[in-house]
Amino acid sequence: MSIIVKNLSFTYSAKTPYEKKALDNINLEINDGDFLGIIGHTGSGKSTFIQHINGLIKPQEGEIEIFDIKLSSARRPKADLRALRSQVGMVFQYPEYQLFADTVEKDVAFGPKNLGLSSEEVADRVRHAIEMVGLDYEMVKDRAPFELSGGQKRRVAIAGIIAMQPKVLILDEPTAGLDPFGKEQILNLIKYLKTHCSPTIVVISHDIDEITRFANRIVVFNDSKIVYDEPMQQLFKHSRQLQDMGLDIPRAVKIANSLRYRGIELSEDIVTAEDLLREIIDKYNQKHGTELDKDGCVFDMYDFSQKWLTSEERAALEGRTLEQKPQAKKQRSSKSKTLREKTVKTKTVKKVNTKEKFEGSEK
Amino acid sequence: MRDITFGQYYPVKSFIHGIDARVKIIMTLLFMISVFFIVSYTTFVFMFLALTIIIAISRVPYKIVLKSIKGILFLLIFTAIINIFFTSSGNVVIPIKLGKLVINITDQGINFAIKMALRFTLLVLGSSILTLTTTPTELTDALEFLLKPLTYIKIPVHDLAIIMSIALRFIPGLMEETDKIMMAQKARGANIDSGNFFKKIKAMLPVLIPLFVSAFRRADELADALDARCYNASSKRTKMKVFRIQATDIVALLSFILLTVFIFLDKYLVGSLFSAPDLGGLEVQGLDVCIYNLFRCITG
Repeated sequence: MSIIVKNLSFTYSAKTPYEKKALDNINLEINDGDFLGIIGHTGSGKSTFIQHINGLIKPQEGEIEIFDIKLSSARRPKADLRALRSQVGMVFQYPEYQLFADTVEKDVAFGPKNLGLSSEEVADRVRHAIEMVGLDYEMVKDRAPFELSGGQKRRVAIAGIIAMQPKVLILDEPTAGLDPFGKEQILNLIKYLKTHCSPTIVVISHDIDEITRFANRIVVFNDSKIVYDEPMQQLFKHSRQLQDMGLDIPRAVKIANSLRYRGIELSEDIVTAEDLLREIIDKYNQKHGTELDKDGCVFDMYDFSQKWLTSEERAALEGRTLEQKPQAKKQRSSKSKTLREKTVKTKTVKKVNTKEKFEGSEK
Repeated sequence: MRDITFGQYYPVKSFIHGIDARVKIIMTLLFMISVFFIVSYTTFVFMFLALTIIIAISRVPYKIVLKSIKGILFLLIFTAIINIFFTSSGNVVIPIKLGKLVINITDQGINFAIKMALRFTLLVLGSSILTLTTTPTELTDALEFLLKPLTYIKIPVHDLAIIMSIALRFIPGLMEETDKIMMAQKARGANIDSGNFFKKIKAMLPVLIPLFVSAFRRADELADALDARCYNASSKRTKMKVFRIQATDIVALLSFILLTVFIFLDKYLVGSLFSAPDLGGLEVQGLDVCIYNLFRCITG
């Protein structure tokens, strides 16, 4: 058990007109080796929560135990924050905004130097960290961090944290503001760090499709409270409730829910596109007696949605309203037409919107 | 970092909040000027009473208004000490001899120090009531209006007002940014809060450099955004909120004019009617003398 949080509460600007409750009686245990995803709205308390774990905010109520370091509202004994920060690394949102030194090498060295390590040890760690984030040490070490591209800057900033070799790494929206390519690189980096640097990783993200790619456990924050804390495969049983909170669910879960509503039986633990693909191929093999495997067919999400979903569902999936015309002309195979006719019948009986369908699919 | 009260708006609804910002600025100016003309202790007491009532009407908690004094407490004590030690006129109360150096503390010095401290306190309290009850936007708008006559001598008042309102608008953002960067560097083990003065300054560099970078970036972005919307400060612009003077504004203004008149009368007229009695060290002037005489009449 690496991190234990008990009855943690926190209020900003207490006893003023700007008073705002950010955390309300939070209880959570983060285990060694967890790959924890945290989702929630802006202002749901998730950022405040992770700042507590790094000792950046003193708890007002409740207590936190991290590798035998105890944090509480009590003044004494004073917690050893330096020891804590060498165990728990924290990458803030837009970490490139914290770069300050005139060379990349000096900036990455800032953290380990503050830990009071010997200069050889610091140099060693710096080189290691820069290489770990996928940059060429010899090429970047003497360059000013401000000359680098956005994605590179972010990687330098992350290197600055992992040079401290924390056992737990916390990342707040690590891919915010990057292009798809940069996002992909950072996500792969995080996966790599899990096995090679910090065995326990906590990631905050808005993008549910992104978080489901690596998390094994997801915690949902809403209104300063933890509402769900479940293994990833189990979380999307609550699709309806999550959507009611205004949180997104993975595309694959959306599609699976639509298919289930249409009477196609699918296993409960579909979360990623790969899960869904595997499941569909299995079904196809069962029905037709073939032996296709995942690599043997190309799954085209667009083609799929054109063939198998109603216009409303497509609109919901693509994030536009019904009035807006889809970009490509509809092409329907004869096979899907027969399937469509079946669904049209049920649609005329009860005109329901997509949300209610999901409710139906859950039962 | 976030607990700087001076100039922070306190969002409640009250009569004082509702007064036209231009009128409030004029009232504050009148108040500030008249504070320097207060001579008698009685008027000081009266002014403090008046402020107490105004704060009560404004519905801003006393604690928050009093916080503004905390910032100038050092200045207050410092000037008081200077005044006590370096006023040489008047009767010597405590003579201090340090070798050849002779410093005499006189009754006039003490009186002057007390009155100066009281004046400072009144000034700070008065101006923080203005900023606590008026939003920064209202303030700059009102200032722009009041300074309009200066455009005739080629001073770009509107530009200045825009600069001021942008500066004010940036403050909360920069404070938040500072907080964030400080946290980020603390997470990297930076020791910002401890050490001596020079160590602290050196430790602030990892915070200041990113802060400047982000401030310049924000300024660039804002300039681009203004350009993109064809903003041009020199053309004639209309206001979204048009100021209109109401009857209550006039009442408020009149009461402050009366207050000023009262203070001037106290200084230049009342005191000269009676001769000042000798009350040891206490220096009495103006209304103090009246009250002293009244008191003498009653007790016989």
